[in-house]
Amino acid sequence: MTALYRRYGPGLTGLILALTGFWIIFLVTLPQLDMVDYSFRPNLSMSERGGPNDVYTLQNYATLADNAIHRAIFLKTIWASALVTLTTLIVCYPIAYHLAQGTTRRQAALLMLLLLIPFWINEILRTFAWWILLAYAGPLNNMLVALGLIERPIRFLSGDGGVIVGMVYAYILFMVMPIYNAIESLDRNQIEAARDLGASPWRIHWRVVIPHAKPGIAVGCIMTFMLAAGSYAVPALLGSPGSRWFTQIIYSWFFEGGNWNQGSAYAFILLLLCIGFIFGVMRLARIGLADIAK
Amino acid sequence: MSQGVELRGVTMRFGDFAAVKGVELDIEGGEFFSFLGPSGCGKTTLLRLIAGFNDPTEGQVLIGGKDMRGIGPNGRPTAMIFQNLALFPLMKVWENIAFGLEVRGVSKAERRKRAEALLELIALPGQGDKQVSELSGGQKQRVAIARALAVEPQVLLLDEPLSALDLKLRQHMRQELREIQRRTGVTFIYITHDQGEALTMSDRVGVMSAGRLQQVADPQTIYEQPATPFVAGFVGENNRLLGRIGRVEGGAAVLDSAIGPLRGRLGGDLAVGAPAALFVRPERLGVQPASGTPGQGGHIPATIVSRAYEGAFLHLTAEAAGGTVLTVHLANSAGLPDLQPGAAVALIYRPEDAIILPAEAAA
Amino acid sequence: MIDDRFARLLTRAYLGLFFAYLFLPLAVMGAATFNESRFPTVTPWTGTTLKWFAALWADGQMWNALGTSFAVALGVICLAVPIGVAAALFLSDLHSRARSLVYGIMVSPLLTPGVIIGISTLIFWRPYGVTGGILLTVLAQASFIAAYVMLLVLARLQRFDRTLEEAALDLGATPMQAFRRVTLPFLMPAILAACLIAFLQSFENYNTTVFVRGFDTTLTVYIASKVRTGVTPALNALGLILIALTIIGAVTHELLRRRAAGRKAA
Repeated sequence: MTALYRRYGPGLTGLILALTGFWIIFLVTLPQLDMVDYSFRPNLSMSERGGPNDVYTLQNYATLADNAIHRAIFLKTIWASALVTLTTLIVCYPIAYHLAQGTTRRQAALLMLLLLIPFWINEILRTFAWWILLAYAGPLNNMLVALGLIERPIRFLSGDGGVIVGMVYAYILFMVMPIYNAIESLDRNQIEAARDLGASPWRIHWRVVIPHAKPGIAVGCIMTFMLAAGSYAVPALLGSPGSRWFTQIIYSWFFEGGNWNQGSAYAFILLLLCIGFIFGVMRLARIGLADIAK
Repeated sequence: MSQGVELRGVTMRFGDFAAVKGVELDIEGGEFFSFLGPSGCGKTTLLRLIAGFNDPTEGQVLIGGKDMRGIGPNGRPTAMIFQNLALFPLMKVWENIAFGLEVRGVSKAERRKRAEALLELIALPGQGDKQVSELSGGQKQRVAIARALAVEPQVLLLDEPLSALDLKLRQHMRQELREIQRRTGVTFIYITHDQGEALTMSDRVGVMSAGRLQQVADPQTIYEQPATPFVAGFVGENNRLLGRIGRVEGGAAVLDSAIGPLRGRLGGDLAVGAPAALFVRPERLGVQPASGTPGQGGHIPATIVSRAYEGAFLHLTAEAAGGTVLTVHLANSAGLPDLQPGAAVALIYRPEDAIILPAEAAA
Repeated sequence: MIDDRFARLLTRAYLGLFFAYLFLPLAVMGAATFNESRFPTVTPWTGTTLKWFAALWADGQMWNALGTSFAVALGVICLAVPIGVAAALFLSDLHSRARSLVYGIMVSPLLTPGVIIGISTLIFWRPYGVTGGILLTVLAQASFIAAYVMLLVLARLQRFDRTLEEAALDLGATPMQAFRRVTLPFLMPAILAACLIAFLQSFENYNTTVFVRGFDTTLTVYIASKVRTGVTPALNALGLILIALTIIGAVTHELLRRRAAGRKAA
């Protein structure tokens, strides 16, 4: 703090502290704490707040345990997000490797640009594009029928399939970039040396490239899982009443059920899920927070 | 005449570590003063205390007789030349030089004029519109000097400014710095670990070690009459012989060492029996055949270990009794003796060329 | 050798498939704009038309939503960019154990699902009378966009020679002058990049916005509600325009970058 003051004098230091403080305290920390606090209180009318009924309770959490449908949706969200993460990893790893090691710098720059363009476009629009493609009377069904692969159109948009496909598409970049960065720092000679020693391509990847790319893979998985589990846009567009996502239940507690306390409890559970995943992966890959934020 | 700098019992602590310990010093106005010491001795910390980047934990820094505590670097009549020069990379050369004037609200036309005058002074006329990155190392060096001089400081602080230059340029810049100092009359406080720089440029040198000022004197005194074993060992090359004081005779003494009694000047308050060290410089040692009779002077029997011929000089290393290794520099003036490794010789010196100092606690 | 050629072929095939996967949906969406059909699709093709651009042009709600999106994005830039710069400066002068804690708090919004940021902001500000709307949306978005800004500025700051600030102070500059003349110009590229990122992030945000928007409708919210309640190819026209703008932006950026790189090399 004194270093800051020495460097920037009273005026600027004050401004720096005020802005940073406002952000950390009023935009990040307190709102989160408030949400947690909310989740442990009963849903009361304005007049009852602070009264004898305003006590801490676990009742909002009991709701999830008791409600079989919500429980199922919560578990579905977990495994579907994990599936999205795994699929995205499998789809993206070869691309990241090719960009980082398999091509010239010029070509990599061009491919990178191609990769970036879809992601400068709205997530909603990208999802809308899939909505068109996957529609019951849409081009994909028409094509499959015309090719004789299926007899009748498939309702892609009424199951979880559409949501998962849309999510993999939406989060590709969050997986490619960290893995690309990790593999790019790998000395190409190491791969050459392994090949020279007679290692098969599989073995080179398994023993040389993947261990080196582990931090990048971990970061990609963390981002993808977090985005998938917390996504509201993709399931809202590509899902249906039969394939609801946990975030949608949270939303309906807030804006349809009018029970913010209940919604807060569900949101906190979602947050804990993400934190648990993040720390689990960080431990597995032995990385720190500073690695994630690159 | 420029203002001087006084340091009154200056101590600087960072946590538990004291970088500067109780420094007491008067630097006179218009003086070229150097702090000489190995890296980590606290000299840079001291310079930053004078510049105002920190205030000392204890003691006072006075400039022109005024206590500087609480006054930041922008309020002090000092200007600093940083080790990495710290030229502003996004400004042109003349904008760099005129920056101090700009922040003082001097008009643009006036700034430009003053910058041109300073470019003249540093022998870079008309180069003001260049980018800093287009300059060579020596040119950058000079721009940094001009930038500091532009604010007409009372005291110029130089933090090893020549260390990034190559040898030849460094020697040239020494002269140039000294010349600029004479012309401007500004007090120069110069920091270096290079004794050549300190000795050639300075009016006085302060030798520092482990946060303490060991000796303050003119270059010749520092070299000829080191006040502490550290100074004797750090400034120039020196041979050290350990022992105890055997006899004290006014300004001279005899050291009882493993080699035998050795005569020298007494460089400190030493009683008979106190542990002490005798220092004698390699160029003050002569070589005699071992058979020669010991005279009144110093006489050290030794065996030549190696010789290195360097044209003007012959460098010898010799091992004396007790395993002490000594270095000898012989000038190639009146013909060199034919000395090969293994030869038994006697190293001789005049007692007034050797100095006896208290032995270092650690040594 | 055969092996190598096979591997190359496989790589090419995969690249082709991957980029088809990336662009086909966008191409279909774009193409559907020109289909006469009232429902956005390319099969069957009922006739080529430009009428959906006209329909989009005449859609007042769309223009309103676009205005709201711009207002929010502008607000986010004005709030999140100063915060992010300040936070980066604050962090770079912190050297104790506190640094990793503060850093953790600062990047935590990037690892928090957007819906939770929306919810917590909604709950926190209600007692202070800030209910759903443009202001609340700005606050919610700024809370995580500031983290992007902080990271961008911090990265640039780490390449900044701090003795330059000291040199400026030493030459008599006030801290404010040193900041304005030395630090800020150096950070400018990162700050401009941060403004762009902040704009794009704000403009495309849905997950957070949907909780804090109140009765205001941003463009993303408008698109989502259209998809669910009555979509026409006018929406495709909007998508096509945004895609075109994006590609123009990306290509321009790339060309500028190459020119800058070329100049540096020369």
